[in-house]
Amino acid sequence: MVSWISALDRKLLRDLFHMRGQGLAVGAIVACGVAIMVMALGAISSLELSRDTYYDRYRFADVFSNAKRAPERLATEIADIEGVRTVETRISRMVTLDIEGMREPANAQLVSLPENGEPRLNGVLLYSGRFPDPSRPDEAVVSKAFVDAHGFTLGSNVRAIINGRARDLEIVGIGDSPEHVYMLGPSGLLPDEKRFAVFWLSRRALEAAFDLDGAFNNVSVSLSPGANPQGVIDGLDGLLEPYGTGGAYGAEDQLSNAFIESEMQQLAAIAAIIPPIFLVVSALLINAILARLIATERQQIGLLKAFGFDQREIAWHYVKMALGMVLGGILVGFVLGAALARLMTNLYTNSFRFPDMIFRLDPSAFVIGGGSAAIAAIIGAIASARSAANLAPAEAMSPAPPTVYSKGALQRAFARIHFDEPTRMILRHVTRWPIRAAVTVVGVAAAQALLVGTLFAFDAIDEMLEQHFDRTDAYDAAINFVEPMNYSAVREIERLPGVLSVQPNRDVSIRIRHGQLDERVWLVGVDPTGRQRRLLDDNQRFMDMPEHGLALSSQLASMVVAGVGDRVTLEVLEGERPVLDAPVTAIVNEAMGWPAFMDVDALGDLLGESDVVSGVYAMIDPDKEAEFSEAVLARPGIASVALQRASIESFNESMEENINIMMTIYALIGGAIAAAVVYNAARIGLTERGRELASLRVLGFTEGEVSYILIGELGLLVFLALPLGGLLGMGLAYLVASSMATELFRIPVTIDPSTHGMAAAIVVVSSIAAALFVRQRVKTLDLIAVLKTRE
Amino acid sequence: MNVLARSQAPAPDTDTGVLLSARGLTKVYDTGEVKVQALRGVDLDVHRGELLVMLGASGSGKSTLLNILGGLDRPTEGDVQFEGKSLTRRSDAGLTRYRRNHVGFIFQFYNLVPSLTARENVALVTEIARDPIPPEEALDMVGLAARLDHFPAELSGGEQQRVAVARAIAKRPALLFCDEPTGALDSKTGIQVLEALDHVNRELGATTVVITHNVGIAEMSDRIIRLSDGLIVDIDEVGRAKKPSELSW
Repeated sequence: MVSWISALDRKLLRDLFHMRGQGLAVGAIVACGVAIMVMALGAISSLELSRDTYYDRYRFADVFSNAKRAPERLATEIADIEGVRTVETRISRMVTLDIEGMREPANAQLVSLPENGEPRLNGVLLYSGRFPDPSRPDEAVVSKAFVDAHGFTLGSNVRAIINGRARDLEIVGIGDSPEHVYMLGPSGLLPDEKRFAVFWLSRRALEAAFDLDGAFNNVSVSLSPGANPQGVIDGLDGLLEPYGTGGAYGAEDQLSNAFIESEMQQLAAIAAIIPPIFLVVSALLINAILARLIATERQQIGLLKAFGFDQREIAWHYVKMALGMVLGGILVGFVLGAALARLMTNLYTNSFRFPDMIFRLDPSAFVIGGGSAAIAAIIGAIASARSAANLAPAEAMSPAPPTVYSKGALQRAFARIHFDEPTRMILRHVTRWPIRAAVTVVGVAAAQALLVGTLFAFDAIDEMLEQHFDRTDAYDAAINFVEPMNYSAVREIERLPGVLSVQPNRDVSIRIRHGQLDERVWLVGVDPTGRQRRLLDDNQRFMDMPEHGLALSSQLASMVVAGVGDRVTLEVLEGERPVLDAPVTAIVNEAMGWPAFMDVDALGDLLGESDVVSGVYAMIDPDKEAEFSEAVLARPGIASVALQRASIESFNESMEENINIMMTIYALIGGAIAAAVVYNAARIGLTERGRELASLRVLGFTEGEVSYILIGELGLLVFLALPLGGLLGMGLAYLVASSMATELFRIPVTIDPSTHGMAAAIVVVSSIAAALFVRQRVKTLDLIAVLKTRE
Repeated sequence: MNVLARSQAPAPDTDTGVLLSARGLTKVYDTGEVKVQALRGVDLDVHRGELLVMLGASGSGKSTLLNILGGLDRPTEGDVQFEGKSLTRRSDAGLTRYRRNHVGFIFQFYNLVPSLTARENVALVTEIARDPIPPEEALDMVGLAARLDHFPAELSGGEQQRVAVARAIAKRPALLFCDEPTGALDSKTGIQVLEALDHVNRELGATTVVITHNVGIAEMSDRIIRLSDGLIVDIDEVGRAKKPSELSW
């Protein structure tokens, strides 16, 4: 009879079945690693496809710029810049909204729509309703998230403060645009759908409202294939310079797009850092399991060789066994990863406003995930497979010689301490098999490290919030003017009800250049005597604003590779657009963004102006917040008002649920690794020492005493693993923080002691659970068999 | 013969008393497909201080009987009493206490803990015993005073088995069970082990039950019990006809 499966493969399947507990443990770890990889890669491909589809269909522009007021005829000149394909001029302004029932003001970006037809670039997707009638200036298409958050419908009215005048705008359409996939309002940390909206009005309405007849203040262009974006940026800057431009920038600096990019970068970092930890642990476990299996199957291997199986066949047999152990894990990882990718993609619909979040799992995610798990299995198996293949048949068929023990360095070092014999057994076993003990220590440490390296993110968020809200940006309200104003505007704000104190500021858009590197940033003029917007040094201590020169945020310093003492070139991108040299006199620590700072008077000198401000920071009496809001909204010339309290609340609201979900997932995953490693070590220990332990049971040792020998060793190894895991976790946190850092965020590596404690508690609890599970098997030790059998 | 075995008369030297007594022991192993009757009704009294040898072919039931007497297994029917108290009604923990406090075991393959030295292997047991002999003294009794700090891998088979004897007797057990103690040894080293057993039996008065299929060994015993097919078929009063050194096989 010809069998469809060889006898050797049958043995393989039975062996795998007998080792199913250990196989499951390895499989679980592999499944986690593969799932995380598939999830991250799947989320990246879904984001990419959703973004590209949206951008393509609604003609997302390539280069953006603005001006104070540029004549419409300039559009033709812009179109003539080499590389420009399409030009769209617009009017765009930030205004405040006065919404019934909300104590604090909301902000809206007003964007003009062309008179005839849809915009050629940055099209508006209309979910329902219609575009505004050019003859009716109070009609608007409003971004969907805001409409939904407030329960508005078509026909609802929203009061906007436009140029100091309150106007009721009617919602005639509900829409979205590829420019606002990530809808971050002024001074917001996260999208806040209640407090930030985009309103599209007819061009005619905005020309009238802002006195921009026959002019524009915002332009976007698309590029011809193969065009050089920098050439177009330079061309635009040249043309718009006389009209007060803040400088052109490419899509990579467009806020919404930058957030999408940054999310994809972070996912890529997750895919690169986290799964390898799982795969390394799975390789270590496979190595330990196979080493033990081959010791047990010595005589069978000898027999196979005596029958004429060659080295390659024997080695392949054990490699197949390793692959068999991970195969289930890979498949589960695929399914789990696909489900998580879908979940993640769905979660993104909360923060990214794509009309259709398209879910796509690229086959490459499976190939990379499955392939790396298989490679890890082969690496784990290779040493054991080789040693099996190299066993001489005659030697293999005789029983293994008794294990030679010695007192070991560890015990000699503690010669004076009296250990009881079971403890001696533990110590000698650990020192006799140092590599195996190391595998367990490293495996458990990896679990601890993974927990520390992920849970620290919550400490980092706390740290960023604390630094931002309590230290550098300690004001209650940030008020931005539509245009730079005279200092008297500060006095007027100061007199508003509820205002306790004010600190004026002057923000100006600049391009900073150092050597070959340049970045477009905000230069923030800070009043050195103010207590609301302050600077922190490297050690998070307040520092004084340098009297002269520039203070660079550390992110910006590393972006242009400049340090204290270097001279950098500043191209001011507004007003007279002076170009100057300035020394870097300080590097400061900012939680978010990458601004540069300067003494407000020094900045005034630089710009050739005096007592000009672009905004005010204010401390507000909490009891008079509503009166303040009402009063500030009634003032002309205010582009936006952001209340910190509202930002913090909305931040906490949106983060809390995510944090709980992520904490649970990390705890489960980290706990699973620790449990799998401990379970495996316990099972190997039990197989290897079953006879020894059963003999002790015969001699009158209780189950508890025998379990101590088995589990005490694991306890010792877990105990050794925790500090190592803590250290590795700190390393991992640095790695995670540095690879997840984008231009938008820099993640501080702050690890609260409670995070170490939490990670250790999860590891210890999971280890105990796994050990107790194996301890059940101590009951089943065959006391009678050990009387008769030899190992 | 069966009748004789079943209605076994009390042992003649009643002054030493009965330490362990078994009545009506049967043991059936139910493997699911077949039932194997390993013991078919065994009555036996083991007397204080005697050296008893159980002989029988493979499958005769002698190991099953030893397991039951040693508190490793329970009979399907029947009762075992140690010092007049039933063993068969004890819990697992109760049996563990019985083994821990009263019984010493010597295995065919020594079953020493490889990670402990000779002295430590003995100490393993003395640490949990009530009134132990110091490990060094126990090892001296079996002639291993010079090899206290050797690991099992550094000892010969005979030496390893003598460590096992020392480990078994160091707790001053009332009962010493030896399952083929010389089975893995050549006759010369086997005799050294038997001398050690004989010595500790006399010295400490530990009642000793030895299982073997080696008829030669039987001549050093007080009584020989022969088992066949799950029954005691014969009891022979030998009265220590020979010293271990006079044995050969």
